[in-house]
Amino acid sequence: MNKPDVIVRYTAAVRIEHWIVAISFVLLALSGLALFHPALFWLTNLFGGGPWTRILHPFIGIFMVAAFCLLAVKMWPENYLQRSDWIWLEKIGDVIHNREENVPEVGRYNAGQKLLFFTIVGCLGVLLLTGIVIWRVYFSAYFPIAVIRLASVLHAFFAFVLICSIIVHIYAATWIKGSIRAMTRGWVTLGWAWKHHRAWFRQMTRSASQK
Amino acid sequence: MALQSLDIIRRSATTLPEPEARGAYTGQVSKLIDTTKCIGCKACQVACMEWNDLRDAIGTCTGHYENPHDLSEASWTLMRYTEYENPKGDLEWLIRKDGCMHCEDPGCLKACPSPGAIVQYANGIVDFHEENCIGCGYCVTGCPFDIPRISKKDHKAYKCTLCSDRVAVGLEPACVKTCPTGAIVFGTKEDMKQHAAGRIEDLKSRGFDQAGLYDPAGVGGTHVMYVLHHADQPGLYAGLPRDPKISPMVRLWKGAAKPLALFAMFATAAVGFLHYVGIGPNETDESDEQAARRELEKRP
Repeated sequence: MNKPDVIVRYTAAVRIEHWIVAISFVLLALSGLALFHPALFWLTNLFGGGPWTRILHPFIGIFMVAAFCLLAVKMWPENYLQRSDWIWLEKIGDVIHNREENVPEVGRYNAGQKLLFFTIVGCLGVLLLTGIVIWRVYFSAYFPIAVIRLASVLHAFFAFVLICSIIVHIYAATWIKGSIRAMTRGWVTLGWAWKHHRAWFRQMTRSASQK
Repeated sequence: MALQSLDIIRRSATTLPEPEARGAYTGQVSKLIDTTKCIGCKACQVACMEWNDLRDAIGTCTGHYENPHDLSEASWTLMRYTEYENPKGDLEWLIRKDGCMHCEDPGCLKACPSPGAIVQYANGIVDFHEENCIGCGYCVTGCPFDIPRISKKDHKAYKCTLCSDRVAVGLEPACVKTCPTGAIVFGTKEDMKQHAAGRIEDLKSRGFDQAGLYDPAGVGGTHVMYVLHHADQPGLYAGLPRDPKISPMVRLWKGAAKPLALFAMFATAAVGFLHYVGIGPNETDESDEQAARRELEKRP
Protein backbone atom coordinates (compact mmCIF):
# COMPACT_ATOMS: atom_id res chain seq x y z
CA MET A 1 0.00 0.00 0.00
CA ASN A 2 1.42 3.31 -1.08
CA LYS A 3 -0.93 5.28 1.10
CA PRO A 4 -2.49 3.90 4.24
CA ASP A 5 -6.01 5.18 3.48
CA VAL A 6 -6.56 3.84 0.01
CA ILE A 7 -6.49 0.61 -1.96
CA VAL A 8 -5.47 0.41 -5.60
CA ARG A 9 -8.43 -0.97 -7.53
CA TYR A 10 -7.40 -0.48 -11.13
CA THR A 11 -3.81 -0.23 -12.36
CA ALA A 12 -2.86 2.44 -14.86
CA ALA A 13 -2.84 -0.13 -17.68
CA VAL A 14 -6.37 -1.29 -16.88
CA ARG A 15 -7.60 2.30 -16.60
CA ILE A 16 -6.14 3.29 -19.95
CA GLU A 17 -7.52 0.20 -21.63
CA HIS A 18 -10.92 0.80 -20.07
CA TRP A 19 -11.11 4.35 -21.40
CA ILE A 20 -9.91 3.36 -24.85
CA VAL A 21 -12.72 0.80 -24.95
CA ALA A 22 -15.20 3.29 -23.49
CA ILE A 23 -14.46 6.05 -26.01
CA SER A 24 -14.54 3.54 -28.86
CA PHE A 25 -17.87 2.26 -27.59
CA VAL A 26 -19.39 5.74 -27.54
CA LEU A 27 -18.23 6.36 -31.11
CA LEU A 28 -19.61 2.98 -32.18
CA ALA A 29 -22.94 3.51 -30.47
CA LEU A 30 -23.38 6.97 -32.00
CA SER A 31 -22.39 5.88 -35.51
CA GLY A 32 -24.40 2.67 -35.26
CA LEU A 33 -27.53 4.37 -33.98
CA ALA A 34 -27.18 6.92 -36.79
CA LEU A 35 -27.71 4.11 -39.28
CA PHE A 36 -30.29 2.31 -37.14
CA HIS A 37 -33.05 4.87 -36.84
CA PRO A 38 -33.81 7.76 -39.23
CA ALA A 39 -34.43 10.04 -36.24
CA LEU A 40 -30.75 9.67 -35.34
CA PHE A 41 -29.28 9.94 -38.83
CA TRP A 42 -28.06 13.45 -37.96
CA LEU A 43 -25.43 11.77 -35.78
CA THR A 44 -23.58 10.96 -39.01
CA ASN A 45 -22.57 14.66 -38.99
CA LEU A 46 -20.29 13.88 -36.05
CA PHE A 47 -18.32 11.53 -38.27
CA GLY A 48 -18.12 13.63 -41.43
CA GLY A 49 -21.35 12.52 -43.10
CA GLY A 50 -23.09 9.27 -44.05
CA PRO A 51 -20.36 7.65 -46.15
CA TRP A 52 -17.68 8.42 -43.56
CA THR A 53 -19.88 6.98 -40.83
CA ARG A 54 -20.29 3.81 -42.90
CA ILE A 55 -16.52 3.65 -43.50
CA LEU A 56 -15.38 4.36 -39.92
CA HIS A 57 -17.85 2.29 -37.89
CA PRO A 58 -16.45 -1.18 -38.67
CA PHE A 59 -12.83 -0.09 -38.21
CA ILE A 60 -13.61 1.41 -34.80
CA GLY A 61 -15.42 -1.84 -34.04
CA ILE A 62 -12.36 -3.98 -34.80
CA PHE A 63 -10.23 -1.60 -32.75
CA MET A 64 -12.60 -1.78 -29.78
CA VAL A 65 -12.78 -5.58 -29.82
CA ALA A 66 -8.96 -5.74 -29.86
CA ALA A 67 -8.70 -3.26 -26.97
CA PHE A 68 -11.42 -5.06 -25.05
CA CYS A 69 -9.57 -8.36 -25.39
CA LEU A 70 -6.58 -6.89 -23.51
CA LEU A 71 -8.91 -5.79 -20.74
CA ALA A 72 -10.98 -8.96 -20.69
CA VAL A 73 -7.97 -11.24 -20.33
CA LYS A 74 -7.05 -9.43 -17.11
CA MET A 75 -10.58 -9.34 -15.74
CA TRP A 76 -11.78 -12.79 -16.79
CA PRO A 77 -10.60 -14.84 -13.75
CA GLU A 78 -12.24 -12.44 -11.29
CA ASN A 79 -15.62 -12.67 -13.00
CA TYR A 80 -16.55 -16.32 -12.51
CA LEU A 81 -19.94 -16.52 -10.89
CA GLN A 82 -20.03 -18.26 -7.50
CA ARG A 83 -22.82 -19.50 -5.28
CA SER A 84 -22.82 -16.33 -3.18
CA ASP A 85 -23.41 -14.35 -6.36
CA TRP A 86 -26.82 -15.97 -6.78
CA ILE A 87 -27.74 -15.02 -3.22
CA TRP A 88 -26.58 -11.48 -4.03
CA LEU A 89 -28.84 -11.45 -7.06
CA GLU A 90 -31.79 -12.65 -4.95
CA LYS A 91 -31.21 -9.65 -2.72
CA ILE A 92 -30.98 -7.24 -5.64
CA GLY A 93 -33.91 -5.31 -4.14
CA ASP A 94 -31.83 -4.46 -1.07
CA VAL A 95 -28.91 -3.47 -3.28
CA ILE A 96 -31.08 -1.13 -5.32
CA HIS A 97 -32.42 0.46 -2.14
CA ASN A 98 -28.89 1.08 -0.82
CA ARG A 99 -29.37 -1.48 2.03
CA GLU A 100 -26.21 -3.51 1.84
CA GLU A 101 -26.29 -4.90 5.41
CA ASN A 102 -28.12 -8.12 4.49
CA VAL A 103 -26.34 -8.71 1.22
CA PRO A 104 -23.59 -11.36 1.07
CA GLU A 105 -20.02 -10.06 1.11
CA VAL A 106 -18.78 -9.25 -2.33
CA GLY A 107 -15.36 -10.03 -3.76
CA ARG A 108 -13.60 -7.93 -6.33
CA TYR A 109 -16.73 -7.80 -8.48
CA ASN A 110 -20.37 -8.26 -7.52
CA ALA A 111 -22.80 -10.49 -9.42
CA GLY A 112 -24.14 -7.56 -11.41
CA GLN A 113 -20.66 -6.61 -12.57
CA LYS A 114 -19.90 -10.23 -13.45
CA LEU A 115 -23.08 -10.59 -15.47
CA LEU A 116 -22.29 -7.33 -17.23
CA PHE A 117 -18.81 -8.59 -18.02
CA PHE A 118 -20.08 -11.74 -19.70
CA THR A 119 -22.89 -9.82 -21.41
CA ILE A 120 -20.25 -7.57 -22.96
CA VAL A 121 -18.11 -10.56 -23.93
CA GLY A 122 -21.08 -12.29 -25.57
CA CYS A 123 -22.38 -9.17 -27.30
CA LEU A 124 -18.98 -8.21 -28.66
CA GLY A 125 -18.47 -11.73 -29.97
CA VAL A 126 -21.77 -11.68 -31.87
CA LEU A 127 -21.28 -8.08 -33.00
CA LEU A 128 -17.83 -8.88 -34.36
CA LEU A 129 -19.00 -11.92 -36.32
CA THR A 130 -22.21 -10.37 -37.65
CA GLY A 131 -20.39 -7.12 -38.32
CA ILE A 132 -17.96 -8.90 -40.60
CA VAL A 133 -20.86 -10.48 -42.49
CA ILE A 134 -22.53 -7.10 -43.11
CA TRP A 135 -19.24 -5.28 -43.87
CA ARG A 136 -20.25 -4.76 -47.48
CA VAL A 137 -16.97 -3.45 -48.89
CA TYR A 138 -14.81 -6.41 -47.94
CA PHE A 139 -16.84 -9.38 -46.79
CA SER A 140 -20.55 -9.44 -47.68
CA ALA A 141 -19.88 -10.93 -51.11
CA TYR A 142 -18.73 -14.14 -49.41
CA PHE A 143 -22.03 -14.77 -47.62
CA PRO A 144 -25.47 -15.82 -48.92
CA ILE A 145 -28.20 -13.22 -48.68
CA ALA A 146 -30.10 -15.13 -45.97
CA VAL A 147 -27.02 -15.04 -43.74
CA ILE A 148 -26.57 -11.31 -44.37
CA ARG A 149 -30.21 -10.65 -43.43
CA LEU A 150 -29.91 -12.70 -40.23
CA ALA A 151 -26.62 -10.99 -39.39
CA SER A 152 -28.21 -7.57 -39.88
CA VAL A 153 -30.96 -8.35 -37.38
CA LEU A 154 -28.58 -9.94 -34.88
CA HIS A 155 -26.12 -7.06 -35.16
CA ALA A 156 -28.89 -4.58 -34.37
CA PHE A 157 -30.28 -6.73 -31.53
CA PHE A 158 -26.98 -7.35 -29.75
CA ALA A 159 -25.97 -3.73 -30.19
CA PHE A 160 -29.25 -2.83 -28.52
CA VAL A 161 -28.54 -5.22 -25.63
CA LEU A 162 -25.02 -3.86 -25.28
CA ILE A 163 -26.10 -0.22 -25.34
CA CYS A 164 -28.73 -0.86 -22.65
CA SER A 165 -26.16 -2.77 -20.58
CA ILE A 166 -23.67 0.07 -20.86
CA ILE A 167 -26.33 2.60 -19.86
CA VAL A 168 -26.81 0.49 -16.71
CA HIS A 169 -23.02 0.29 -16.26
CA ILE A 170 -22.60 4.08 -16.56
CA TYR A 171 -25.50 4.67 -14.21
CA ALA A 172 -24.12 2.23 -11.64
CA ALA A 173 -20.82 4.11 -11.68
CA THR A 174 -22.70 7.35 -11.06
CA TRP A 175 -24.88 5.83 -8.36
CA ILE A 176 -22.12 4.14 -6.34
CA LYS A 177 -20.05 7.17 -5.41
CA GLY A 178 -16.31 6.58 -5.59
CA SER A 179 -16.53 4.20 -8.56
CA ILE A 180 -15.66 6.76 -11.20
CA ARG A 181 -12.62 7.84 -9.19
CA ALA A 182 -11.57 4.21 -9.08
CA MET A 183 -11.50 4.12 -12.87
CA THR A 184 -9.98 7.60 -13.36
CA ARG A 185 -7.45 7.75 -10.51
CA GLY A 186 -7.20 4.07 -9.74
CA TRP A 187 -7.80 4.01 -6.00
CA VAL A 188 -10.69 3.60 -3.58
CA THR A 189 -10.90 4.43 0.10
CA LEU A 190 -10.77 1.69 2.72
CA GLY A 191 -14.37 2.52 3.64
CA TRP A 192 -15.49 2.17 0.01
CA ALA A 193 -13.87 -1.24 -0.28
CA TRP A 194 -15.29 -2.26 3.10
CA LYS A 195 -18.79 -1.17 2.14
CA HIS A 196 -19.08 -2.47 -1.40
CA HIS A 197 -16.51 -5.24 -1.81
CA ARG A 198 -15.83 -6.52 1.70
CA ALA A 199 -14.36 -9.88 0.75
CA TRP A 200 -12.01 -8.11 -1.66
CA PHE A 201 -11.17 -5.60 1.10
CA ARG A 202 -10.15 -8.43 3.44
CA GLN A 203 -8.13 -10.08 0.69
CA MET A 204 -6.32 -6.86 -0.23
CA THR A 205 -5.56 -5.76 3.31
CA ARG A 206 -4.45 -9.25 4.32
CA SER A 207 -1.97 -9.52 1.48
CA ALA A 208 -0.79 -6.00 2.28
CA SER A 209 -0.20 -6.76 5.96
CA GLN A 210 1.72 -9.93 5.06
CA LYS A 211 4.15 -7.99 2.96
CA MET B 1 -32.42 16.24 -57.03
CA ALA B 2 -35.01 14.34 -55.10
CA LEU B 3 -36.89 17.26 -53.62
CA GLN B 4 -37.17 19.15 -56.88
CA SER B 5 -39.96 16.86 -57.88
CA LEU B 6 -43.19 17.08 -55.94
CA ASP B 7 -44.38 13.62 -56.73
CA ILE B 8 -42.64 11.37 -54.24
CA ILE B 9 -44.74 8.82 -52.38
CA ARG B 10 -41.98 7.05 -50.46
CA ARG B 11 -38.57 8.28 -49.34
CA SER B 12 -36.01 6.13 -47.52
CA ALA B 13 -35.30 6.74 -43.81
CA THR B 14 -37.91 9.46 -43.62
CA THR B 15 -40.65 9.60 -41.01
CA LEU B 16 -42.71 12.58 -42.22
CA PRO B 17 -44.79 12.92 -45.41
CA GLU B 18 -42.91 13.56 -48.65
CA PRO B 19 -43.77 16.37 -51.06
CA GLU B 20 -46.63 14.74 -52.86
CA ALA B 21 -48.78 17.55 -54.23
CA ARG B 22 -48.49 16.07 -57.69
CA GLY B 23 -49.90 12.59 -58.07
CA ALA B 24 -50.09 10.04 -60.84
CA TYR B 25 -53.69 10.86 -61.61
CA THR B 26 -53.60 9.28 -65.03
CA GLY B 27 -52.39 6.01 -63.54
CA GLN B 28 -49.10 4.52 -62.40
CA VAL B 29 -46.72 3.24 -65.02
CA SER B 30 -45.46 -0.22 -65.77
CA LYS B 31 -43.10 -1.89 -68.17
CA LEU B 32 -44.30 -5.19 -69.54
CA ILE B 33 -41.67 -7.68 -70.69
CA ASP B 34 -43.11 -10.45 -72.82
CA THR B 35 -40.61 -13.30 -72.52
CA THR B 36 -42.53 -15.18 -75.22
CA LYS B 37 -41.68 -12.52 -77.81
CA CYS B 38 -38.07 -11.97 -76.74
CA ILE B 39 -35.41 -13.14 -79.19
CA GLY B 40 -32.48 -12.42 -76.88
CA CYS B 41 -30.84 -9.84 -79.14
CA LYS B 42 -29.64 -7.66 -76.23
CA ALA B 43 -30.67 -4.47 -77.99
CA CYS B 44 -32.25 -3.44 -74.68
CA GLN B 45 -28.87 -3.81 -72.96
CA VAL B 46 -27.25 -1.64 -75.60
CA ALA B 47 -30.00 0.99 -75.42
CA CYS B 48 -29.62 1.08 -71.64
CA MET B 49 -25.87 1.60 -71.95
CA GLU B 50 -26.40 4.27 -74.56
CA TRP B 51 -29.08 6.32 -72.85
CA ASN B 52 -27.53 6.11 -69.39
CA ASP B 53 -23.92 6.47 -70.60
CA LEU B 54 -22.84 3.22 -69.00
CA ARG B 55 -19.91 1.12 -70.18
CA ASP B 56 -19.22 -2.02 -68.19
CA ALA B 57 -15.73 -3.47 -68.10
CA ILE B 58 -15.03 -6.09 -70.75
CA GLY B 59 -15.74 -9.38 -69.02
CA THR B 60 -14.71 -12.97 -69.60
CA CYS B 61 -16.55 -15.76 -71.38
CA THR B 62 -18.26 -18.02 -68.86
CA GLY B 63 -19.70 -20.39 -71.44
CA HIS B 64 -23.15 -18.83 -71.31
CA TYR B 65 -25.00 -16.43 -73.54
CA GLU B 66 -25.23 -13.93 -70.68
CA ASN B 67 -22.94 -11.04 -71.40
CA PRO B 68 -21.93 -9.62 -69.01
CA HIS B 69 -22.56 -12.59 -66.76
CA ASP B 70 -24.20 -10.57 -64.00
CA LEU B 71 -25.77 -7.21 -63.26
CA SER B 72 -23.31 -4.57 -62.08
CA GLU B 73 -23.12 -0.88 -61.32
CA ALA B 74 -22.68 -0.34 -65.07
CA SER B 75 -25.06 -3.06 -66.32
CA TRP B 76 -28.55 -2.24 -65.13
CA THR B 77 -30.29 -4.78 -67.30
CA LEU B 78 -29.24 -8.18 -68.52
CA MET B 79 -30.75 -10.94 -70.67
CA ARG B 80 -30.67 -14.22 -68.77
CA TYR B 81 -30.87 -17.40 -70.84
CA THR B 82 -32.16 -20.76 -69.68
CA GLU B 83 -32.26 -23.95 -71.69
CA TYR B 84 -35.32 -25.83 -70.50
CA GLU B 85 -36.31 -29.30 -71.62
CA ASN B 86 -40.06 -29.48 -71.30
CA PRO B 87 -41.94 -32.68 -70.37
CA LYS B 88 -42.50 -33.42 -74.06
CA GLY B 89 -38.74 -33.58 -74.49
CA ASP B 90 -38.52 -30.39 -76.52
CA LEU B 91 -35.96 -27.71 -75.83
CA GLU B 92 -37.26 -24.31 -74.86
CA TRP B 93 -34.94 -21.34 -74.78
CA LEU B 94 -36.31 -19.13 -72.03
CA ILE B 95 -34.92 -15.62 -72.12
CA ARG B 96 -35.67 -13.12 -69.40
CA LYS B 97 -34.59 -9.51 -69.32
CA ASP B 98 -33.44 -9.11 -65.71
CA GLY B 99 -33.30 -5.80 -63.86
CA CYS B 100 -35.08 -3.82 -61.20
CA MET B 101 -38.73 -4.84 -60.85
CA HIS B 102 -39.77 -1.48 -59.33
CA CYS B 103 -41.78 -3.08 -56.51
CA GLU B 104 -44.83 -1.29 -55.20
CA ASP B 105 -43.45 -2.11 -51.71
CA PRO B 106 -39.68 -1.82 -52.31
CA GLY B 107 -37.44 -3.82 -49.98
CA CYS B 108 -34.43 -1.67 -50.89
CA LEU B 109 -36.22 1.49 -49.81
CA LYS B 110 -37.40 -0.11 -46.58
CA ALA B 111 -33.86 -1.19 -45.69
CA CYS B 112 -32.07 2.03 -46.68
CA PRO B 113 -30.81 4.02 -43.65
CA SER B 114 -29.99 7.21 -45.55
CA PRO B 115 -32.76 9.80 -45.94
CA GLY B 116 -33.64 10.31 -49.59
CA ALA B 117 -31.13 7.88 -51.06
CA ILE B 118 -34.04 5.82 -52.41
CA VAL B 119 -37.37 7.32 -53.45
CA GLN B 120 -40.52 6.08 -55.09
CA TYR B 121 -42.31 8.49 -57.39
CA ALA B 122 -46.07 8.73 -57.60
CA ASN B 123 -45.90 6.94 -60.95
CA GLY B 124 -44.44 3.90 -59.15
CA ILE B 125 -40.81 4.15 -60.28
CA VAL B 126 -38.25 3.34 -57.56
CA ASP B 127 -35.15 5.45 -58.00
CA PHE B 128 -31.77 5.64 -56.29
CA HIS B 129 -30.38 9.12 -55.65
CA GLU B 130 -26.72 8.33 -55.40
CA GLU B 131 -25.77 11.69 -53.92
CA ASN B 132 -27.46 10.54 -50.71
CA CYS B 133 -26.18 6.96 -50.88
CA ILE B 134 -23.69 6.06 -48.15
CA GLY B 135 -22.70 2.71 -49.65
CA CYS B 136 -23.79 0.47 -46.78
CA GLY B 137 -25.42 -2.12 -49.04
CA TYR B 138 -28.60 -2.43 -46.97
CA CYS B 139 -30.59 -2.09 -50.24
CA VAL B 140 -28.93 -5.30 -51.41
CA THR B 141 -29.98 -6.93 -48.14
CA GLY B 142 -33.55 -5.70 -48.55
CA CYS B 143 -34.11 -6.52 -52.22
CA PRO B 144 -36.06 -9.75 -52.87
CA PHE B 145 -34.77 -9.87 -56.48
CA ASP B 146 -31.00 -9.44 -55.95
CA ILE B 147 -30.82 -6.31 -58.10
CA PRO B 148 -28.85 -3.42 -56.55
CA ARG B 149 -25.09 -3.44 -57.04
CA ILE B 150 -22.54 -1.40 -55.11
CA SER B 151 -19.82 0.12 -57.27
CA LYS B 152 -16.29 -0.88 -56.37
CA LYS B 153 -15.16 2.56 -57.49
CA ASP B 154 -17.46 5.01 -55.74
CA HIS B 155 -19.24 2.64 -53.30
CA LYS B 156 -22.67 3.87 -54.37
CA ALA B 157 -25.63 1.63 -55.20
CA TYR B 158 -26.90 1.47 -58.78
CA LYS B 159 -29.77 -0.19 -60.61
CA CYS B 160 -32.30 0.37 -63.40
CA THR B 161 -34.07 3.73 -63.03
CA LEU B 162 -36.86 2.68 -65.41
CA CYS B 163 -35.48 5.70 -67.29
CA SER B 164 -37.19 7.96 -64.76
CA ASP B 165 -35.61 10.92 -66.59
CA ARG B 166 -37.23 9.89 -69.89
CA VAL B 167 -40.55 8.95 -68.33
CA ALA B 168 -40.69 12.30 -66.53
CA VAL B 169 -40.80 14.06 -69.90
CA GLY B 170 -43.24 11.67 -71.52
CA LEU B 171 -40.85 9.27 -73.23
CA GLU B 172 -40.80 5.51 -72.84
CA PRO B 173 -37.70 3.81 -71.31
CA ALA B 174 -34.76 3.32 -73.69
CA CYS B 175 -35.08 -0.48 -73.68
CA VAL B 176 -38.73 -0.19 -74.68
CA LYS B 177 -37.92 2.22 -77.49
CA THR B 178 -35.32 -0.07 -78.98
CA CYS B 179 -36.89 -3.53 -78.65
CA PRO B 180 -37.22 -4.81 -82.23
CA THR B 181 -39.92 -7.41 -81.55
CA GLY B 182 -42.17 -5.37 -79.31
CA ALA B 183 -41.43 -7.74 -76.44
CA ILE B 184 -41.02 -4.74 -74.12
CA VAL B 185 -43.92 -2.32 -73.91
CA PHE B 186 -44.60 0.56 -71.57
CA GLY B 187 -47.68 2.40 -70.40
CA THR B 188 -50.00 2.69 -67.45
CA LYS B 189 -50.12 -0.37 -65.28
CA GLU B 190 -53.78 -0.92 -66.16
CA ASP B 191 -53.06 -0.76 -69.90
CA MET B 192 -50.15 -3.15 -69.50
CA LYS B 193 -52.32 -5.64 -67.63
CA GLN B 194 -54.88 -5.49 -70.41
CA HIS B 195 -52.19 -5.90 -73.04
CA ALA B 196 -50.81 -8.88 -71.11
CA ALA B 197 -54.27 -10.44 -70.85
CA GLY B 198 -54.51 -10.41 -74.64
CA ARG B 199 -51.09 -11.97 -74.99
CA ILE B 200 -51.89 -14.65 -72.42
CA GLU B 201 -55.14 -15.55 -74.19
CA ASP B 202 -53.19 -15.90 -77.43
CA LEU B 203 -50.53 -18.06 -75.77
CA LYS B 204 -53.12 -20.34 -74.20
CA SER B 205 -54.73 -20.85 -77.60
CA ARG B 206 -51.35 -22.04 -78.86
CA GLY B 207 -50.93 -24.68 -76.16
CA PHE B 208 -49.19 -22.73 -73.36
CA ASP B 209 -51.84 -23.64 -70.76
CA GLN B 210 -49.88 -22.13 -67.91
CA ALA B 211 -49.12 -18.82 -69.59
CA GLY B 212 -49.66 -15.92 -67.23
CA LEU B 213 -48.67 -12.55 -65.89
CA TYR B 214 -45.92 -12.13 -63.30
CA ASP B 215 -46.97 -9.27 -61.04
CA PRO B 216 -46.12 -10.71 -57.61
CA ALA B 217 -48.53 -9.69 -54.85
CA GLY B 218 -45.97 -10.33 -52.10
CA VAL B 219 -44.28 -7.02 -52.89
CA GLY B 220 -47.56 -5.25 -53.65
CA GLY B 221 -47.18 -5.91 -57.36
CA THR B 222 -44.36 -4.59 -59.52
CA HIS B 223 -43.94 -1.81 -62.05
CA VAL B 224 -42.03 -4.18 -64.27
CA MET B 225 -44.12 -7.22 -65.16
CA TYR B 226 -43.45 -10.33 -67.20
CA VAL B 227 -45.59 -12.42 -69.49
CA LEU B 228 -44.33 -15.97 -68.93
CA HIS B 229 -45.16 -19.10 -70.90
CA HIS B 230 -44.79 -21.04 -67.65
CA ALA B 231 -46.24 -18.67 -65.05
CA ASP B 232 -46.69 -21.69 -62.75
CA GLN B 233 -42.90 -22.15 -62.68
CA PRO B 234 -41.27 -18.70 -62.62
CA GLY B 235 -38.12 -20.33 -61.22
CA LEU B 236 -37.45 -21.73 -64.71
CA TYR B 237 -36.56 -18.23 -65.85
CA ALA B 238 -33.08 -18.01 -64.30
CA GLY B 239 -34.43 -18.25 -60.78
CA LEU B 240 -37.24 -15.70 -60.89
CA PRO B 241 -38.70 -16.01 -57.37
CA ARG B 242 -42.13 -17.64 -57.14
CA ASP B 243 -43.45 -15.53 -54.29
CA PRO B 244 -41.04 -12.68 -53.63
CA LYS B 245 -41.58 -10.63 -50.51
CA ILE B 246 -39.49 -8.53 -48.21
CA SER B 247 -37.73 -10.97 -45.88
CA PRO B 248 -39.26 -11.21 -42.38
CA MET B 249 -35.74 -10.50 -41.06
CA VAL B 250 -35.66 -7.19 -42.92
CA ARG B 251 -39.22 -6.40 -41.83
CA LEU B 252 -38.29 -6.96 -38.20
CA TRP B 253 -35.00 -5.07 -38.45
CA LYS B 254 -36.51 -2.11 -40.28
CA GLY B 255 -39.97 -2.29 -38.73
CA ALA B 256 -40.91 -2.86 -35.09
CA ALA B 257 -37.30 -3.10 -33.89
CA LYS B 258 -36.55 0.57 -34.61
CA PRO B 259 -39.10 2.32 -32.37
CA LEU B 260 -39.05 -0.41 -29.71
CA ALA B 261 -35.28 -0.41 -29.33
CA LEU B 262 -35.09 3.37 -29.22
CA PHE B 263 -37.84 3.48 -26.62
CA ALA B 264 -36.18 0.79 -24.50
CA MET B 265 -32.83 2.64 -24.53
CA PHE B 266 -34.45 5.89 -23.42
CA ALA B 267 -36.46 3.97 -20.82
CA THR B 268 -33.30 2.38 -19.40
CA ALA B 269 -31.68 5.79 -19.01
CA ALA B 270 -34.92 7.20 -17.55
CA VAL B 271 -35.11 4.43 -14.94
CA GLY B 272 -31.56 5.28 -13.89
CA PHE B 273 -32.44 8.95 -13.57
CA LEU B 274 -35.57 8.18 -11.54
CA HIS B 275 -33.57 5.85 -9.27
CA TYR B 276 -31.03 8.62 -8.62
CA VAL B 277 -33.77 11.12 -7.85
CA GLY B 278 -36.03 8.71 -5.95
CA ILE B 279 -33.58 6.54 -3.98
CA GLY B 280 -30.38 8.45 -4.42
CA PRO B 281 -26.70 7.73 -4.70
CA ASN B 282 -24.90 5.19 -2.56
CA GLU B 283 -22.22 7.12 -0.72
CA THR B 284 -19.42 5.98 1.56
CA ASP B 285 -19.31 7.99 4.79
CA GLU B 286 -17.04 8.31 7.80
CA SER B 287 -18.68 5.38 9.62
CA ASP B 288 -17.62 3.07 6.77
CA GLU B 289 -14.06 4.35 6.97
CA GLN B 290 -14.05 3.75 10.73
CA ALA B 291 -15.51 0.27 10.34
CA ALA B 292 -12.80 -0.57 7.82
CA ARG B 293 -10.13 0.73 10.21
CA ARG B 294 -11.53 -1.25 13.17
CA GLU B 295 -11.41 -4.36 11.01
CA LEU B 296 -7.73 -3.72 10.27
CA GLU B 297 -6.90 -3.10 13.94
CA LYS B 298 -8.42 -6.46 14.92
CA ARG B 299 -5.69 -8.18 12.94
CA PRO B 300 -2.59 -9.42 14.77
